[in-house]
Amino acid sequence: MDKKKLYSFWFLTPALLMFTIFFLIPTVTSLYFSMTVWNIDGAKFCGLNNFKMFFQEDSLNVGIRNTLLYAVLTSILKLVPAFFLAVFLTSKIRTKNILRSVLFFPSLLSLIAIGIMFKAMMHPSKGVINKALAVFGITGIDWLGNTKIAMFSVIGVAIWEGLCIATMMFIASIQAIDQNYYEAAEIDGANWWQKLRYVTMPQTISARNSIIILAFIDGIRSFELIWSMTGGGPGFATDVLSSIVYKQYAAGYYGLSTAGNVIMLILISCLAYPLQTWLLKREEN
Amino acid sequence: MKKKKTKLLIGDILGCTGMFIVYIIPFLFILLNALKDRKGANKLSLSLPDTFHWENFLEVIKVRDFQVLTAFRNSALITFFSVALLVVAGAMAGYVIQRRKDRKIKMVNNLFMVGLMLPPAVLPTIWLLQNLHIYKSFFSIVMLEAVINLPFTIMLYRGYISTIPQELEEAGYIDGCNRFEIFSRIVFPLLKPINATVIILNAIYIFNDFTTPLYFYPGTDNVTIVLTLYNFIGQFQSSYNLLFADVIIIIIPMLILFIIFNKRIVNGMVAGAVKG
Repeated sequence: MDKKKLYSFWFLTPALLMFTIFFLIPTVTSLYFSMTVWNIDGAKFCGLNNFKMFFQEDSLNVGIRNTLLYAVLTSILKLVPAFFLAVFLTSKIRTKNILRSVLFFPSLLSLIAIGIMFKAMMHPSKGVINKALAVFGITGIDWLGNTKIAMFSVIGVAIWEGLCIATMMFIASIQAIDQNYYEAAEIDGANWWQKLRYVTMPQTISARNSIIILAFIDGIRSFELIWSMTGGGPGFATDVLSSIVYKQYAAGYYGLSTAGNVIMLILISCLAYPLQTWLLKREEN
Repeated sequence: MKKKKTKLLIGDILGCTGMFIVYIIPFLFILLNALKDRKGANKLSLSLPDTFHWENFLEVIKVRDFQVLTAFRNSALITFFSVALLVVAGAMAGYVIQRRKDRKIKMVNNLFMVGLMLPPAVLPTIWLLQNLHIYKSFFSIVMLEAVINLPFTIMLYRGYISTIPQELEEAGYIDGCNRFEIFSRIVFPLLKPINATVIILNAIYIFNDFTTPLYFYPGTDNVTIVLTLYNFIGQFQSSYNLLFADVIIIIIPMLILFIIFNKRIVNGMVAGAVKG
């Protein structure tokens, strides 16, 4: 039986054709367009000027910093709560199935809807969050209006949303652990914490790595949550690369917008790719 | 023994209260305020409405000449056609990529997996669509939604096809099936479980997608359901009840889907994420 004949290349044609035309060609040409002054009248080559501008102008390079901050914090900060939630939701408590469903549901929703929801709750004077804080005698903060805090508020909501899938991944991984490990640990006299530290944690490393990578890539590409909550404001305080891409596009600076896109592409290939290889290598050792 | 039981009970209670505060109150907040009148909703408080204003939903639907209904139709059509395309193209590609391991195929596989990570380039895509004279067309948005989700779909199919024994295909070959019959009559019918996962997950992603229609499918007649939400943010700045009613309208289909396909959605998303 001839494998090449049976599993003909023809089967790949529809997928490959679609993918090439609508993804690869734009991605490759973006490298050229990012080096042009491009507007409705046409594109004119200008070398690396767009990138220079991106790093020099404060309103633009804040986007690079915010993107990295967002990607790093959203991928790291949810690990600990997600892990303990997963341990909690795989214990023998009776309501775990309901709690799991409740926790998972937000990941099915549009981030725009979630953004609107939290923007209303974070309202400085009448928002639910500040009112709840006032009950405990804490003066509320202007979550989305303060330039120093706004970015962290959005990151907080991103973690709220990202916890859902992260916890489910940890749960799946914990459930796959061979029970013999726990029995052996018990015979050796391990207590609850030791079992967690020396059995559960090492056995869920691959889930942890997947969560980091996934959140990191999503973080660099993130747009919807920030756009619906702050629109990049106040000022440029919460602008990320993708919101700059949109703003420059709307303003007609197509070349600059594409440069933002290419920077995203570079960040992912230069950070996420090595990060993944590094994590996988450590996982194997 | 008894001590353990009380401990579990405490865990139950703590878990339920914590989850209620963090994950249910936001939705309750939206629902309650969607049912208030304009003045009540603008207080943004977490209290029961004095009277339930169910007509808010009707009012939202009527806004801008029934834009929500147009949007629902657009979203449904886009989702339907791009998911159908994904099932056909994804299954065929996943099948060959899993079965053949030569260099050419490996390269193709790597190419697809790059698409899993990189963001689509916005303006070059618009430029390309304009040159092909399909910018703002239904065809182009269906294609783009399909392409964005294609790498993930191929990955799911590739993983599942590796669990199907190759002997079945060999038997079909000996019985005189040609290669297309082997795929369409033997392999494809076995893909039912993964087809369901692919359909549900992609439907959720495409239905909820905001960025792709925002850039590539502008125009009031082309609006999708998530875009109505975005459009209404500006319009309903001072009538939160209507904005939240629109949020509820978007949440409800997902809630129904989740109640029906609970296990399948959770497992599919986790499996997809882990492999990615």
